[in-house]
Amino acid sequence: MSGIDLVPPFTGEAAARGRAEIPVDEPRTDALPPGDALPPTPPGAGPTPASGRPRRGFPGVALIRSTHGLQRTMLLIGLVIVALFILLAIFAPAIAPYSFSTMFSPDLPLSATHPFGTTVGGYDVFSRVIFGARTALEVIVLAVILSLIIGVPLGVISGFIGRWIDRVLVLIMDALYAFPSLLLAIVVWIAVSKNRSGAEIGIISAAVSITVVFIPQYFRVTRNATIQAKVEPYVDAARVAGAASGRIMFRHILPNVSQTIPVLMTLNASEAILTLAGLGFLGFGIEPSSAAEWGYDLNKAQPDLANGIWWTSVFPGLAIVLIVIGVTLIGESLNDVLNPLLRTRGGATTADEAEIASLIQADDHTAEPAAAATGAPPGVGQPPSPGKEAQP
Amino acid sequence: MAKGTQSSGKALAKYMLIRLVLVIPTVWILVTIVFFFLRVTGDPITAALGGRLPPDQLEARKQAAGYNDPIIVQYGRFLDQLLHGNFGITMDQQSVSHILLQYGPATAELVFWSLIVAFLVGIPLGRLAARHYNQVQDVSIRTFAIIFYAAPVFFVGLLLKLIFSVWLGWLPSSGRASPMVEAELQNVPVNTHIYIINAFETGNMSDVVDVLEHAILPALALGLLTAGVFIRLVRINLLQTLRTDFVTAARARGVSEGKVVSQHAFRNALIPVVTVMGMQIAMMLGGAILTETTFEWQGLGYWLSHYLSNRDFVAVQGIVTALAIIIALASFLIDLINALVDPRVRY
Repeated sequence: MSGIDLVPPFTGEAAARGRAEIPVDEPRTDALPPGDALPPTPPGAGPTPASGRPRRGFPGVALIRSTHGLQRTMLLIGLVIVALFILLAIFAPAIAPYSFSTMFSPDLPLSATHPFGTTVGGYDVFSRVIFGARTALEVIVLAVILSLIIGVPLGVISGFIGRWIDRVLVLIMDALYAFPSLLLAIVVWIAVSKNRSGAEIGIISAAVSITVVFIPQYFRVTRNATIQAKVEPYVDAARVAGAASGRIMFRHILPNVSQTIPVLMTLNASEAILTLAGLGFLGFGIEPSSAAEWGYDLNKAQPDLANGIWWTSVFPGLAIVLIVIGVTLIGESLNDVLNPLLRTRGGATTADEAEIASLIQADDHTAEPAAAATGAPPGVGQPPSPGKEAQP
Repeated sequence: MAKGTQSSGKALAKYMLIRLVLVIPTVWILVTIVFFFLRVTGDPITAALGGRLPPDQLEARKQAAGYNDPIIVQYGRFLDQLLHGNFGITMDQQSVSHILLQYGPATAELVFWSLIVAFLVGIPLGRLAARHYNQVQDVSIRTFAIIFYAAPVFFVGLLLKLIFSVWLGWLPSSGRASPMVEAELQNVPVNTHIYIINAFETGNMSDVVDVLEHAILPALALGLLTAGVFIRLVRINLLQTLRTDFVTAARARGVSEGKVVSQHAFRNALIPVVTVMGMQIAMMLGGAILTETTFEWQGLGYWLSHYLSNRDFVAVQGIVTALAIIIALASFLIDLINALVDPRVRY
């Protein structure tokens, strides 16, 4: 396992013993510090040569292997879409025929020179759709990193220290969580952008807005996991050995509570795209001359509809739908793979069944079959290191 | 028996009280966050009118509105006004409370229609998917749910407009009623601002039809988004219920699968759907902002986005604050209903 050398064996083993829902015969040393689990690297979505030693470290392959039937199809579709999206984002200038701000005659219909037509402002829709991937990727990566950096440590501190800090933070986070994410994002956007415009300000404002929306989720997950983890023997051992609270929190507990974070990250990535598009649609976008953003383009395309000009809205919209579907499919598959007990063999398993399994698990009398169903089969026995797999 | 009822009644009262007390800090935190974040940009008058008024006039208006006071004084005044039901005055000299009363019902109406769509689409489909678990129906229904989750509500709205109003010409593309009808609806004796009720007041069936026609597309856009959530919920809960002992017992007695689902499992599976309604309301209000903007449905969301583009932050602050209060109260009420319906909720 590639993750093993990154985690002190002592913590890893203790974690495997400590976490009730993980089978004992699968020592999961996948607890990487969150820094290793960031998404920007594209996965080798294609089947990397499986001949020779099947290195479990290859992103994607082990993940795909551990899936079956319908779930595998869903995962593959998701991976292909996301890989395509990342490639488009990175190579946008090479793929797009024109720049996002090149002007042509307005409202040209679809043609060979303008596959998706042009907008009222005279921009090439095809090029803008491709460059939109770049904006979206930048915002998502920034937002996910920021929410991790802020949300996870807050969760660990709150869960570990407890007392009034915990109560106050939980109250604030719950209040933020209950609020419609779009409204919150708007308010934060206004505060961050401060009437300034430009591509960088636009991207940063969007990312910060989305971050504030997501912090409560990372906070909750980490806090609850920390509360469970802090009564584990390895924490006591560290304390007895004289480790300071800060060290216990960030060297011992953090690596062990970060397992659920990759799933949350993928699920959040899709929501981030939707929030970004929603912001853009309400006019909190980036000026068309400085970057391309799908939601903002849809906003500008609204009046075109009445004139029967459909291509200015349909293509950016489809781009959003497609990428959100891709990320959602990966997120759901990842959820199952990283929660092996929730997986049943041979059938289509999604987050839904996972939830059912966990609910059934709660009843003592039904726990038996669910546990049996996950008896590690050869291919699944060594769960992939999610630190690597989590890279969509 | 009597003793049991009494103690459970006490538990319920205690639960309600705790829940109610928690509403206050939630609203206070949100209101505070909104206030300070919007003030980071500077005072609302400069934000809205800066560059359009000469500096001395701008300064005079700022002074008059109290924006030159220390921020903490302004915050205190804001909270004080809020406690007296005063949400502020917009830059175009309208009271935000008035806007809330006039356009809030429109948003409520949209949410109501959307919920009907969501129930009509989401519950039967979720049930069908669970019944045919892992078969073609299940897979296609789940794909449908994922697509509607993935599609931004405004994009679905634009597509619906394009197809049903531009291409087919069947339905109106925007507004809550045709202009003529709208004038008539505003002149009914008791103006509820809920057009469907006003339309019945006029006694004119063509008005009712007109209002309904305008509601179909926005309700579909917002409703299908919510239906995606309902499908998932109903499906997962029904699947779970179908694995419980009492269902197995019913099957063992030879009850047909159709009856097992419809008479034994289905109702039990619906309880958790009610439970998550509280969270759905926040989601639907967020979606309503986008839907109303797409269809020029003049509700709170439409006006919020109008005031946002005018940079009128007093209005924005007022509307957002009101929405925060509505959401907190709604989720309190739904928890209350849950506690009354389902004794397991109390603790």
